[in-house]
Amino acid sequence: MTQSIVVQVGQCGNQVGCRFWDLALREHASVNKKGVYDEALGSFFRNVDSRKSNGGACDIIGGRIQHLKARAVLVDMEEGVVNEILQGPLREVFDSTQLLTDVSGSGNNWAVGHMTYGSAYREQIVDRVRRAAEHCDCLQCFFLIHSMGGGTGSGLGTRVLSLLEEEFPEVCRLVTSVYPSAEDDVITSPYNSVLAMRELTEHADCVLPVENQSLVDIVNKIKQASRGGKPGSVIKRDSAVISGQGGLAGAEKPFDAMNNIVANLLLSITSSARFEGSLNMDLNEIAMNLVPFPRLHYLVPSLTPLYTLADVNIPTRRLDQMFSDAFSKDHQLIRADPKHSLYLACALMVRGNVQVSDLRRNIERLRPSLPFVSWNQEGWKTSLCSVPPVGHSHSLLALANNTCLKPTFMDLRGRFTRLYRKKAHLHHYLHVEGMDQSCFSEALTSLTSLIEEYNQLDATKARLTPDAPRLSIAT
Amino acid sequence: MSIVTVQLGQCGNQVGQELFDVICNDAHEGQRRLYNESSNERFFHETAHGDLVARAVLIDMEPKVINHSMAKAAKSGRWRYGEKSSFSQKQGSGNNWANGYCVHGPRHREAVEDLVRREVECCDRLAGIMTMMSVAGGTGSGVGTYVTQCLRDVYPNSFILNHLTWPYDTGEVIVQNYNSVLTLSHLYQLSDAILVHENDTVHRICGQLLNIKHISFSDVNRVIAHQLGSILQPALTGDSHGVYSRNPLGELVSSLTCHPEYKLLSMCTIPQMASSSIAYSVFSWPGLLKHLRQMLISNTKMEEGIDWQVRAPPVHSGGTERTRSLRGPGFNTSLANLLILRGKDVYSAETGGFQDPALYTSWLSSEEAFNMWKSPVPFNKYEKSATLVSNSQALLKPLDNMVGKAWNMFASRAYIHQYTKFGISEEDFLDSFTSLEQVISSYTQLC
Repeated sequence: MTQSIVVQVGQCGNQVGCRFWDLALREHASVNKKGVYDEALGSFFRNVDSRKSNGGACDIIGGRIQHLKARAVLVDMEEGVVNEILQGPLREVFDSTQLLTDVSGSGNNWAVGHMTYGSAYREQIVDRVRRAAEHCDCLQCFFLIHSMGGGTGSGLGTRVLSLLEEEFPEVCRLVTSVYPSAEDDVITSPYNSVLAMRELTEHADCVLPVENQSLVDIVNKIKQASRGGKPGSVIKRDSAVISGQGGLAGAEKPFDAMNNIVANLLLSITSSARFEGSLNMDLNEIAMNLVPFPRLHYLVPSLTPLYTLADVNIPTRRLDQMFSDAFSKDHQLIRADPKHSLYLACALMVRGNVQVSDLRRNIERLRPSLPFVSWNQEGWKTSLCSVPPVGHSHSLLALANNTCLKPTFMDLRGRFTRLYRKKAHLHHYLHVEGMDQSCFSEALTSLTSLIEEYNQLDATKARLTPDAPRLSIAT
Repeated sequence: MSIVTVQLGQCGNQVGQELFDVICNDAHEGQRRLYNESSNERFFHETAHGDLVARAVLIDMEPKVINHSMAKAAKSGRWRYGEKSSFSQKQGSGNNWANGYCVHGPRHREAVEDLVRREVECCDRLAGIMTMMSVAGGTGSGVGTYVTQCLRDVYPNSFILNHLTWPYDTGEVIVQNYNSVLTLSHLYQLSDAILVHENDTVHRICGQLLNIKHISFSDVNRVIAHQLGSILQPALTGDSHGVYSRNPLGELVSSLTCHPEYKLLSMCTIPQMASSSIAYSVFSWPGLLKHLRQMLISNTKMEEGIDWQVRAPPVHSGGTERTRSLRGPGFNTSLANLLILRGKDVYSAETGGFQDPALYTSWLSSEEAFNMWKSPVPFNKYEKSATLVSNSQALLKPLDNMVGKAWNMFASRAYIHQYTKFGISEEDFLDSFTSLEQVISSYTQLC
């Protein structure tokens, strides 16, 4: 079994990360009734006996759980968020060797995060990560969680990403990036986002873009459904994808509901690698199947069901509804409409009591309405994991490599150029050592060429591309 | 003589476990001492305590499936896998053939060869090696191909039968067509015979013949195991002189794959029905054989929706030229066929229909092209069952589809960077495409 390390950078990254660890503990607690430290638990946690003098790892699979420590590195350039985590109920899960904090923050400035702090803390970051990696038997993947709009998550986060590539080139880098919505309250978020995007395009293996506005919409939808009051539509307690019920953390804080969705996303992606099933999917298979060209590694995630109704009998129709919902634009975690754009590849990761025939039936049913690129007409990657998430009997995570991200990126580029044309706020960035105008123009070029690649693929959608002529054999 | 089975990847290990289960259960039925002993010797060795241990090596690049299969076997109470017969790593091959073939294969070569050698040494006489794997993923296909290559080097005089599971047409893995093309082109040079099961066909059998509502992979695997078991269980062959054959793989290979260009074998077994219905059904050899023959020539892989319009033309004295032109479209020409009959009154079965020269190519006489094995012992609860293993055009269309889709994807160079990073270049792809186009061409022109 392999291990993964979560690197959470910045306020958003750490808050999402905190929800992730809480829900991960909850999930493993519900599956692992005997309290035995098994391999599934080992993929995210170390087992530590703190009575031992050497701070003692006792990672023996099959031993009793003593103290679980998360395989995580927490980075933030101001102390508030990390301190709050360390004072909360999750403090036992982290130790001081996993943290890196500073005092003054990055001032929503990508350049400060990337250049200033990036250089100043390079050694320490590598050291923290290396220490976490040494505790791993077989490290498979780094999960980086950050936001794109601010300074630390965006700037220092992407610096960490390129450090991970340098120091651990063999290990997969899966980045969960929270993109700013159009009405973001940070004025310079377009600059930060575009500068960060260039790094993501070049150094990440896979990016899961998530947008605040979509998360808000989903939260509202669930709240509305639970207030709904239609008879028979009572939501089962703690089954909503936003719920943190049963976890360690106490009262729900703002943003918790949204962050829980992202945490559930990460749990579902790794479920097939941690738990058994009839058709397994490991983390390295995600990049292999969903990334046809190296730069097009942005995958639109969608999670269903959002909640489970309280009535126990789930007839097949509800199961089919789950599959249909995964492709509706209300369930995507980023504002995009994949059904009307071109699919390059799609992965369906099913959890729970679902059989291969249900999967086949739904793929056949939905296939005609989904436009796939001509050279990948059956571009489905499927996996079946037998362990459902907490509170559900089955769930589905769909990851789509789809050109519907083009409008999102074009929108981002638009907001960037509106500021850049007027050179608004530019001096804050150019003052930083190591930063100059070429960084901006290169980042813009990188984004433009990415949009262009999507454009070219979109153009093939309308045309009926003939099959490539086959090799002919002399007879 | 004993067969050593090498199970590779998730599919290979899951199907393999079901196969040993079917065989063990079949061999424990009733008073059939010689049959049971022969079957046990072929597939298991007995420990000092009387446990049956499968003659199998389990290989996977990640541990979950092997653990599951070994636990499931032990739970049966009747047989188990050897504790030291498995090899696994921590991290899988990521559905990447190049990763399996170029990285994992060579890295673990010695360990794998060692395990196989230990099993081979436990056999009094080796009948041959059977590998079981899928072609869609990374380990079964990539590591499986590499392991076949190694075994070919280490055991140059042994028979190697590759059992392959082909994925659903509508996709289980996006790069499945690349992985399949690379696997088949390499195996063609190494294998003695390639026996294929297609997930789509087996799925239909589960749904339409066995009436299973929610088909799971266990159901699919059990059908595959049943069909494979009906070939591999002891039988009396033409060469075995009244006793159960001691050279099943050799006889299979020599009856069916007489030409190096034609190695793809398909199979169908009838009857297949829900176990609850078996007790109420009556079978007759003429009925079964008539259906099976029509299934062969109309290329229907299961006993439903058989196209009775397709007919073999009568052979005139005008010779083979006329026969060829009289075969209608949809007629499945065979190179060779092996019919295996098991059950009651098997000696009275009339199999002349399969010896009709109109079914076969012109360059083999029908006596050479058709072989038959019999066993008076009923197999797996079916009073009578008939299995046909064919070297025919049956797999031509699926193979053509697979190569066509892979070629389309290759034309846009999608995913190629994932393979080149592990050492498989575009040249290697082109070589593979070329050799498979050659195979397709050969089968297309079979007449």
